[in-house]
Amino acid sequence: MADEALKGYRGPGAKVLKKHGVGVWSDVEVESTTGGFKGLILPRSETADDRHIVLKLASGYNIGVAAETITGITEHGRREAHYKIPEKEFPFDPGKPNVKLIGTGGTIASRLDYRTGAVIPAFSPGELYGSVPELAEICNLKTEKLYGVFSENMAREQYIRLAERIGEEIETGVDGIVIGHGTDTMHHTAAVLTFMVQNSPIPIVMVGSQRSSDRPSSDAALNLMYAVKAAAEGDIAGVMVCMFGPTSDEYGLLHSGCRVRKMHSSYRSTFRTVGDIPLATIDRERIIPLHDDYPHRRDDRGVKINAVYNDKVTILYYYPGMRADLVDAIVDTGYRGIVIAGTGLGHVNKPLYPALARAAEKNVHIYMTVQTLWGYTQMYVYETGREIMGLGVVPIANMLPEVAYMKLCWALGQSDDHEEVQRIMQTPISDEITDREPYNGYLIYQGGIPEVQDFLRSTHR
Amino acid sequence: MLASFKPFDEMTPEDYANIGLKCGLEVHQQLLTKRKLFCRCPAGRYSNEYDSEILRHMRPTLSELGEYDGTALMEKKTRKNIYYRIHHETVCTYEFDDTPPFMLDEESLDIAIELSLLLRLNMVGELHIARKQYLDGSIPTGFQRSAILGVDGWIPYKDRRIGIRQLSIEEDACREVSDIGHDRVFLTDRLGMPLIEAVTEPDMHTPQETADVCQIIRMLCRSMGKVRTGYGAGREDVNVSVRGGTRVEIKGVPQIWRIPHLVYNEAMRQCALLEIRRELKRRGVTPETFAHTAHDVSRLVSKATYGPIRAALAEGLCVKCVVLKGFAGLLSHPTQEHTNFASEFSDRVRVVACLTKLPNIVHSDTAAESIPARDWKQLRKKTESNANDALMLVWGDQRDTEMACNEIALRAREATEGVPNDTRQALKDGTNGFERVLPGADRMYPDTDLPPIEIPPERIERIRPGLPEYVWDREARYREMSLPEELIHPMCMSPLAGLFDRIVGELGVDPRFAAVVLFQRLKMFRREGLRPERLSNEELFGVFKARADGRLAREGVPELIEMLLKAPAPRAGAESRVTRLLDELRIHPIPEDELNAAIAGAIERAGSRPFATAEKKHRYLMGQLMGALIGRIDGKRLAQVLEERLSDRQSTAVAKGA
Repeated sequence: MADEALKGYRGPGAKVLKKHGVGVWSDVEVESTTGGFKGLILPRSETADDRHIVLKLASGYNIGVAAETITGITEHGRREAHYKIPEKEFPFDPGKPNVKLIGTGGTIASRLDYRTGAVIPAFSPGELYGSVPELAEICNLKTEKLYGVFSENMAREQYIRLAERIGEEIETGVDGIVIGHGTDTMHHTAAVLTFMVQNSPIPIVMVGSQRSSDRPSSDAALNLMYAVKAAAEGDIAGVMVCMFGPTSDEYGLLHSGCRVRKMHSSYRSTFRTVGDIPLATIDRERIIPLHDDYPHRRDDRGVKINAVYNDKVTILYYYPGMRADLVDAIVDTGYRGIVIAGTGLGHVNKPLYPALARAAEKNVHIYMTVQTLWGYTQMYVYETGREIMGLGVVPIANMLPEVAYMKLCWALGQSDDHEEVQRIMQTPISDEITDREPYNGYLIYQGGIPEVQDFLRSTHR
Repeated sequence: MLASFKPFDEMTPEDYANIGLKCGLEVHQQLLTKRKLFCRCPAGRYSNEYDSEILRHMRPTLSELGEYDGTALMEKKTRKNIYYRIHHETVCTYEFDDTPPFMLDEESLDIAIELSLLLRLNMVGELHIARKQYLDGSIPTGFQRSAILGVDGWIPYKDRRIGIRQLSIEEDACREVSDIGHDRVFLTDRLGMPLIEAVTEPDMHTPQETADVCQIIRMLCRSMGKVRTGYGAGREDVNVSVRGGTRVEIKGVPQIWRIPHLVYNEAMRQCALLEIRRELKRRGVTPETFAHTAHDVSRLVSKATYGPIRAALAEGLCVKCVVLKGFAGLLSHPTQEHTNFASEFSDRVRVVACLTKLPNIVHSDTAAESIPARDWKQLRKKTESNANDALMLVWGDQRDTEMACNEIALRAREATEGVPNDTRQALKDGTNGFERVLPGADRMYPDTDLPPIEIPPERIERIRPGLPEYVWDREARYREMSLPEELIHPMCMSPLAGLFDRIVGELGVDPRFAAVVLFQRLKMFRREGLRPERLSNEELFGVFKARADGRLAREGVPELIEMLLKAPAPRAGAESRVTRLLDELRIHPIPEDELNAAIAGAIERAGSRPFATAEKKHRYLMGQLMGALIGRIDGKRLAQVLEERLSDRQSTAVAKGA
């Protein structure tokens, strides 16, 4: 029997199916030492054990039967499942703005993958229109599936190609671009796109979902509606992330691409602007800017694409007792840049000094950020800070560690000259470095205290 | 023209057989665990208080096999805002779907396996957690995590077997607070509680059989001593169909005694709907010829005197009229007790179009007091309908009334086909109302968040030896012990049954006495505000052991239990607490000389009090002595000794006088 008929089955499971001449999608009656079962044989996830057969019962439930208990299988027929998001042609309205949706992956639209048992992305204008028909009220949508990867698999090649595609799309005259992306590294991509795609005349909105779109409570549809609206109608140009504001279905936030960070492993409201306030709030009716100095949408096509990237860079997340040999190893394996996430205002321990000095001597570019995420590096306050700077480590103000990482990769794609790289790093392209931190740029509410409890009682979170 | 249905009390099993009644059950029972099923929140804590509210909406998603579920699409039409109330003690971020599930609670799984064995199910080798879609908002994820443990079991009933189709373990849903217009509010405390659902085959043929079988399954669950009790801890769905009808699910029956009446009304409803179909067919109205029209009649009825319509117009809302061709006279046909066919439409308009303020429709079959005949006449003219057609008015905002007209037409078309596939809500008066379209297998989707859980044979064999005796066997045994009849049922279901058996078996205590104390006195203590559940089985056993060892009189048993209940919570071991109280209170049988002295003292104190008869004197002295000696001597023995002493005195006095 062909492999297709045994989809995912191996070992004892495959053996018992073969023995009884049945396979995946066979409608069967199974006799076992624990009794009889009737159902449809489903593919087996490759990550599950090889000792069970999966049946879909008439009630829709799935069960597993241990292969070793099976004494007989009778096939009554075959019924193959075709999981398909209903496709409908996306309508065209000449009066509506044109938006291009570029897919890289993520669960904005998704379906079940029988091979792994996990959810894989599905993506076409038809599929999207089938599942979120509201999009047609906002714009004319074209989509392109550039990649279909989980966001942790985004890297150099994808960043460069994506930036180039964005440049091409802007030149063809679209009114806005939406990028579907897995949420885990969305802020990395947002940061690098901010550097690679400069002076964009239109909104470039990254969007994803924290609950995959195969769940009724998914945030995917609303996020997508918000993102498409921001891209089609919004006045804010440049790279942004559009995700839920609160965990309630109330409104979304537009975050600047290089000040945003995923802050919770699973909450819907996981993306937060760090060290500043978001660019705007957005719901189905309105976009309300929260800044008055954002880059406005323009009619020209004067975008500057600089899609270069050197990935011989690392983030060194400092911890007490870190040993110098780690830094040596990084340098000896040929890394060209190190972004340190230091303690407090930007510190590491003394035993690292010789290793850092050695790295600097080998022209490795070393930048200091803070692992507190909020706040600036300030290396003059303490003696240690001055000593570390003396070793050639450059403090990089309030740039987030991941943003500094992406920027250093981008800078080293342009030059290996110490001064040139330092000039690039210290010259803000967008707001990766800001002059001032507003009073409300740092807010982590402390639950449990009366005023916060009152707030929580009176507001949908 | 349409046949009528006999009253409830006059229906016989033959009558039900004639209409081909078939009933099945879905019995839900909360498990007695420390934690919820998929997170580490404490189980069984409820609070109407809340710290915060979350707003969500639900969208239908595709099934695993690529289909949309009908219920899901219906819920989508309702456009509900769903508000969840959150209390810090009862829920964490899992319940409101901001944290993925934790591994399934092992304690719950063990209990479910135990019940699977009791139901003689074919056990699965591997548990696959499914997502069962619920778009009514009762679960914030939009689905219930649920898994099948076994299929095709049975329980004995009368001289036959009732099939158990399947047993699943699942998480409980939210409690609804309110549902008005487009806003539905839920409390989340109950959400995530471990629950089992046992589904029977449609093997019951009368309303009473359905209730009986439900009671047996309930008792079976309780006999494990590992399920929750109290209002809402056990809930039933009843599936009903008659010949030619459809399986209809009546949801959320909280008490078993309500089942027969609910089944009766649903049987009647299905028969009535089949009658209506027959009549429609006679009139030439079939699914193919069915026709309706909808009209905005706001201006036409602008002078209406009917209160709800006047109020709607005053608010600037609109009134729409649906004409159902050939439906005249059918809308007032009775479908259940005190309910007629029109309510099927009203329900749908309420649930789907969210026009929740009742009345929400008025129709041309009603008497003239709502809308005068003159107005109906005008409406007929305007809508170009005639006397064979039924007219139905509905009012509300533009979008909701459009939806309402749609639903009215849909429901009317269904009438030409027979009994629609509904999930219906059990109402207090024994009737039922529309809740949603009955969901099918398309609402199931594998849970991609959790891996399958293997149930190895060793786990089953570990649990098997601890299975309780079957309730029906237990019942027969207790009846043989000639225990008070009214105690037998509660005893069979009680978690104390095992303790009772030990007390009788190991200690040789009189079964009747042990039963009265454990199943009657403890209940009385609870009624008095004490908390008998705080006593451990070992403590209770210790009390009876003291009695068996002769250290405690019969009366002392409840007395000592009461003292234990009133004493501060135990710190030391259970045994020592019973012993200590026995010592402290000197509750042990009274020595002969002390007894004699006590009796003499009492007689002395009674002194020259006049008593009409010797009997009265005896009774008085008994009262005095029992108060002082309670727990230290049997009442019977005291009465006997007292009588001896009194007659001793009598004879002495007589001798003296002589």
